[in-house]
Amino acid sequence: MKVTVKVLLSLFLLGLLSWPAVAMEKLQVAVASNFSSTMQRLIPSFEQQSGYRVTASYASSGKLFAQITHGAPFDIFLSADGERPHRLEQLGLVVANQRFTYATGTLVLWAPEARSPEEALQQLQQGRFSFLSIANPKIAPYGAAAMQVLAKLGLDQRFIKRTVRGENIAQAYQFVYSGNAQLGFVAKSQWIDAGDNINGVVWAVPTHMYSPIDQQGVLLKRAEQNPAALAFIDYLYSDGAKQIIAASGYGGLTQTITVE
Amino acid sequence: MVMDWQPVWLSLQLATVTTLLLLVIATPLAWWLSQTRSFLKQPIAAIVALPLVLPPTVLGFYLLLLLGPQGAVGQFMQQLGLDTLPFTFAGLVVASIFYSLPFMVQPLHNAFESLGSEPLESAATLRASPFDTFINVVVPLARPGFITGIVLSFAHTIGEFGVILMIGGNIPGETQVLSIAIYDHVEMLEYSQAHILSAGMVLFSFVVLLSLYYVNHRFEMPRR
Repeated sequence: MKVTVKVLLSLFLLGLLSWPAVAMEKLQVAVASNFSSTMQRLIPSFEQQSGYRVTASYASSGKLFAQITHGAPFDIFLSADGERPHRLEQLGLVVANQRFTYATGTLVLWAPEARSPEEALQQLQQGRFSFLSIANPKIAPYGAAAMQVLAKLGLDQRFIKRTVRGENIAQAYQFVYSGNAQLGFVAKSQWIDAGDNINGVVWAVPTHMYSPIDQQGVLLKRAEQNPAALAFIDYLYSDGAKQIIAASGYGGLTQTITVE
Repeated sequence: MVMDWQPVWLSLQLATVTTLLLLVIATPLAWWLSQTRSFLKQPIAAIVALPLVLPPTVLGFYLLLLLGPQGAVGQFMQQLGLDTLPFTFAGLVVASIFYSLPFMVQPLHNAFESLGSEPLESAATLRASPFDTFINVVVPLARPGFITGIVLSFAHTIGEFGVILMIGGNIPGETQVLSIAIYDHVEMLEYSQAHILSAGMVLFSFVVLLSLYYVNHRFEMPRR
């Protein structure tokens, strides 16, 4: 028993000693969960090109924000919105004036029982559903966008008691997928991810009906000199990465680094 | 800072309704478990205890599928002309009954078993009917078990999160309970509101458990 403890302890100390060396090679990216499947396609391509290793942690932007403000060991944070990166910048936790938009979210209305996009929209306007699923507008940018669309259609007050709110866009999707909601505002990327596995059609919401869902990324202070982190940000602007991101259902990837 | 107290009120309602229904459901079930020699005893006891070990999200996920329009229960409800349960207060009650079932059944089961057969036999020799015996002999003797079951079920339902997150849909006044409201405040970076509700939960839970230990201690003393 005691021997095992000693062995474990020495292994642990050995790990501590070698920690800085490992940290220089590795890259820890905190990723908003809605971008997870795209990130999983980007990582192998980046690792192959650069030789760096990437570890990604997926959670809601709010949780990742809370973790980062409490010293979580991340190098890059890819948020689902622009607000949280902005807050981190104000708090001085990230490299200033380096916020970048890596993807723009696209909103669709998913109607599993409809046969055409027009029919999906009619179903919403005529209230032919028991529940409409959206992401929580107070938390998730896709939810806020969905509320803007409902307001534009003059429907935001009408269905309040029949609008269920997922904690994030993944749950909004899941409510429709399980058949509990007959309509749902989801991300185009989710619809594309699902491929042939799901029923119905989507109405592609015209982008002028909601303010752009800019998903922004930031470089954390501790990674200012980390070559792997800088290489990854460069990689996000490469044509290869842009193609993967666009093919995953995100639009408008022409923005460059925002300097304010 | 605007504080919304509706979720607190809703959680109290949910816990009250759930605890009352659990008393009705769990008492006969625990009694049966304590008296039966059926081969079904162990499997049923294991099923009752499942929510203790399963992650609440598992329970919530399956309830969402099962109670939904495509699930077996959901289709049955629709055939009866009823609405499906997810995203409704009634749905939360059903989920909470499953979720808190072991917290009511197990204290009762233990209390009933520790009575032994003597009080029942004495009552039978006095020609008390089984129902009479249960109400006038078993219930008073098993009082600590009832108190423990009621308090734990109530407190456990107040603290329920994962199951409700899965099937609630976060509708204010209908399914947005206390724990969900805390989660939302944290996600919205409204930490001061989250603090008020969370600190309240910690205090509430401590007071509940403390009073439970005092009460049980008082009941146990005379027997020694």
